[in-house]
Amino acid sequence: MTDMFRDKIDISLSVNGEPVEARVPAGQHLIDFLRLDQSLTGAHASCEHGVCGACTIRVDGQAVRGCLMLAAQADGADVWTIEGLTDRAEITDLQDAFVARNALQCGFCTPGMLVAAEDLLSRNSQPSREEIREHLSGNYCRCTGYEAIVDAVELVARSRAKGGTA
Amino acid sequence: MKDLSPLTGAVHHDRIHDSAIKHVTGRADYTDDIAEPAGTLHAYLGVATVTHGTIRTMNLDRVRQASGVVDVLTARDVPGVNDLSPTGRNDEPIFPDTVEYHGQPIFAVIAHSRDAARRAAELADVSYDILPHATDALSAQAAGLPQVTDPLKLERGDVAAGQATAPHRIKARMTVGGQDHMYLEGHIAFAIPGEDDDVIVHCSTQHPSEAQHMVAHALGVPLNAVTVNVRRMGGGFGGKESQMNLFAAVAAIAAKRLHRPVKIRPDRDQDMTATGKRHDFVIDYDVAFDDDGRIHAVDGHFAARCGYSSDLSGPVTDRALFHADNAYFYPHVRLTSRPQKTNTVSNTAFRGFGGPQGVIAAERMIEEVAYALGKDPLEVRRTNFYGTEGRDLTPYHQQVTDNIIGRVVDELADSARYQARRAEILQHNAQGGILRRGIALTPVKFGISFTATHYNQAGALVHVYNDGSIHLNHGGTEMGQGLNTKIAQVLADAFQVDFDRIKITKTTTEKVPNTSATAASSGSDLNGMAALDAADQIKARLVSFAAETWGVAADEVRFLPNAVQIGAEVVPFDTLIRRAYMARVHLSAAGFYKTPDIHWDRAAGKGRPFFYYAYGAACSEVTIDTLTGEYRVDRTDILHDVGRSLNPVLDRGQVEGAFLQGMGWLTTEELWWDDQGRLRTHAPSTYKIPLASDRPRIFNVALAEWSENRERTIKRSKAVGEPPFMLGISVFEALSMAVASVADYRVCPRLDAPATPERVLIAVERLKAG
Repeated sequence: MTDMFRDKIDISLSVNGEPVEARVPAGQHLIDFLRLDQSLTGAHASCEHGVCGACTIRVDGQAVRGCLMLAAQADGADVWTIEGLTDRAEITDLQDAFVARNALQCGFCTPGMLVAAEDLLSRNSQPSREEIREHLSGNYCRCTGYEAIVDAVELVARSRAKGGTA
Repeated sequence: MKDLSPLTGAVHHDRIHDSAIKHVTGRADYTDDIAEPAGTLHAYLGVATVTHGTIRTMNLDRVRQASGVVDVLTARDVPGVNDLSPTGRNDEPIFPDTVEYHGQPIFAVIAHSRDAARRAAELADVSYDILPHATDALSAQAAGLPQVTDPLKLERGDVAAGQATAPHRIKARMTVGGQDHMYLEGHIAFAIPGEDDDVIVHCSTQHPSEAQHMVAHALGVPLNAVTVNVRRMGGGFGGKESQMNLFAAVAAIAAKRLHRPVKIRPDRDQDMTATGKRHDFVIDYDVAFDDDGRIHAVDGHFAARCGYSSDLSGPVTDRALFHADNAYFYPHVRLTSRPQKTNTVSNTAFRGFGGPQGVIAAERMIEEVAYALGKDPLEVRRTNFYGTEGRDLTPYHQQVTDNIIGRVVDELADSARYQARRAEILQHNAQGGILRRGIALTPVKFGISFTATHYNQAGALVHVYNDGSIHLNHGGTEMGQGLNTKIAQVLADAFQVDFDRIKITKTTTEKVPNTSATAASSGSDLNGMAALDAADQIKARLVSFAAETWGVAADEVRFLPNAVQIGAEVVPFDTLIRRAYMARVHLSAAGFYKTPDIHWDRAAGKGRPFFYYAYGAACSEVTIDTLTGEYRVDRTDILHDVGRSLNPVLDRGQVEGAFLQGMGWLTTEELWWDDQGRLRTHAPSTYKIPLASDRPRIFNVALAEWSENRERTIKRSKAVGEPPFMLGISVFEALSMAVASVADYRVCPRLDAPATPERVLIAVERLKAG
């Protein structure tokens, strides 16, 4: 480890719509900054090398892996976690569908899965099941077998297409 | 089946997972989400860089001097006993003198941050006297390594005589790979020191009582000084039945030594290298059969890579033998196990607990018979199913009395149109071509109960507060399966109150002592009955209070939805509780349950180890590319028996998830150790579990709604956690059929598991070469 990685960096960003200013270690991952420093524990640290998707959050409108982005890189960014998306009722229909269809068991993948699903629906309002499966293939679930998750996302896509709540 | 109930969350009805709302909003707390008190320290494990060797010198100066480091723990710093063996064999040191596998923890660093501890753990200077190693079961046996525990033999009939009368006989070998649990939440323990000897450990564990025992053992304090808590796990699958003990012990030792809270959470690579997995097996089978495909005799030998210590390998390899019959009657049978010591991480429990490795051997023998005789494997399966008297004894001499496999398979074969699709697929393959298809319908029969009879007990603690709200605690743990939801439904049904009146609380050794692991699919069977016992005690007191106070006979007191009928009067539940409290009626009870009628004599290989069996069947269709070995699962149909389901939507979720996990075990999930004994697939970057894109394109799952447990289980339901895991074998067998097509089904492809695209391609090439 060089001293460069020990250096602290000042960042200023928006987290769930609130301005945040912080001094962070240069090597700190965004997921750790959110979980440890902001007490936002909804996104989970799992594989911590960008494969499982449990730490998926939204940064500047894109779904990103919180473990692959440094907190320092989020300077000036607009960051949204499951807590913020819940509070502003942006994904209520997806959340309701996941609950109704039992699209979760241990729940550890769920917040990341929801952010990834919303990312798909925001860009493709009527995805096929094939597209849903492909898009969610960056998010592991070890419990459900994915069937219920794909069903829930498809349900919401159809409902939104019919003018349901978004 | 579904009667209308005015209660919300009544038993036998769909009810959402009790934490579902918290899960979708990110407000469900896992161990790592518990707020850390000021001064919390973080531990990390330092590991060996050799596979087998005695530690000659260990210089930890650079570790101690590293930035942020507070303390270092070695074997000498264990205040109690330096052992974590769950079966008391004293073969699993927290930190060893002799390293027995690559990546074995040899010390721990405690630092101000996890990052600092993790970096410092790399700085140890350790020298070893290297010893020879053997990492797989066969080479370890050849090298003279011992077995980690006594092997088991199951025998019935006269195998030699059975072989003598059979016109056909096939002997072959199959290797079946292991599996990493890949729970999304890795291991974690968080210890908070208390006064005197006390310590509280929050831990992601399926077995809080064992974690408590191990922590106490390591600290050299009585069990009553240690409290272990778990509200929920982010997945367990057996990986947290014994493997969390190491983390709980290290965190507790450091917390007591430093008088500060200590948390330990390995990264995923360390989680995968330093904790055990599903056992891989080498299976030698010898099956004798006749022209009708009827099996006369089976001789099977099951060698397992157990790793360096016994852990749970004895019962795991036993269960492989218990399930080597799957749903088939073997007139003459001999099954032996070899729990082989190897220089690898100690393998452990994983959903099915050895059972799947037994079942897949049975299915391989069926395939052998089918290809040898040119028959549809399903026909051979049906020919050999357990039947009535004379064909109903298992290799362990338990009579199969609740057999429904014939009906399950018939119904699935009809609903999935097995025969028509098989004919169409045969026709497709007959045209040649690069893409070949396969279909298979495989059954499962799975024995329910812990084979260690004393584990089949459970406790629960139920309080009714004087406002009518109910507090539920039991010895089971929640890892996503919905156990808490089901137990609360049982309680709602018992008291006839709405589900929301019941508060589900964390599992803690303070409330229910001496519990068994939430394992062996037993969670709702055992804890549901214990909770019911507690409810019945409180209800009995309420009934006698009501009868006395209202002056009616006890049988005139009935629990109605959210009310109690007392003679002609209907009293709201709250009112009765309030009045009972004022009259000083005890409104709390500890419930208990032990499974009746089970016994097992391991030395004799005889008994009734299982209370009942759960059944199911799956039909899968696949397409393989014979030029690359790549494949996809086109369709899967499942019919599974859960008795009278406590909660159909949760049970369906278990069936779907278990199937896919079983499919992953047999297809993409490959554990690979190199010549140096290093596990090279130690993170999801190299170890591939099924993704959303891998699941069957068409996936039809149904529960056998007509089924009812013939035994007096909780509300006549059946266990669901493990049995459907083995439905994944249908995918493996379908791949086998697709491969067999390249040699016109004359040769059993003898695919080894996992059937990665590489292995499928190798099998295709081998069959083409004839």
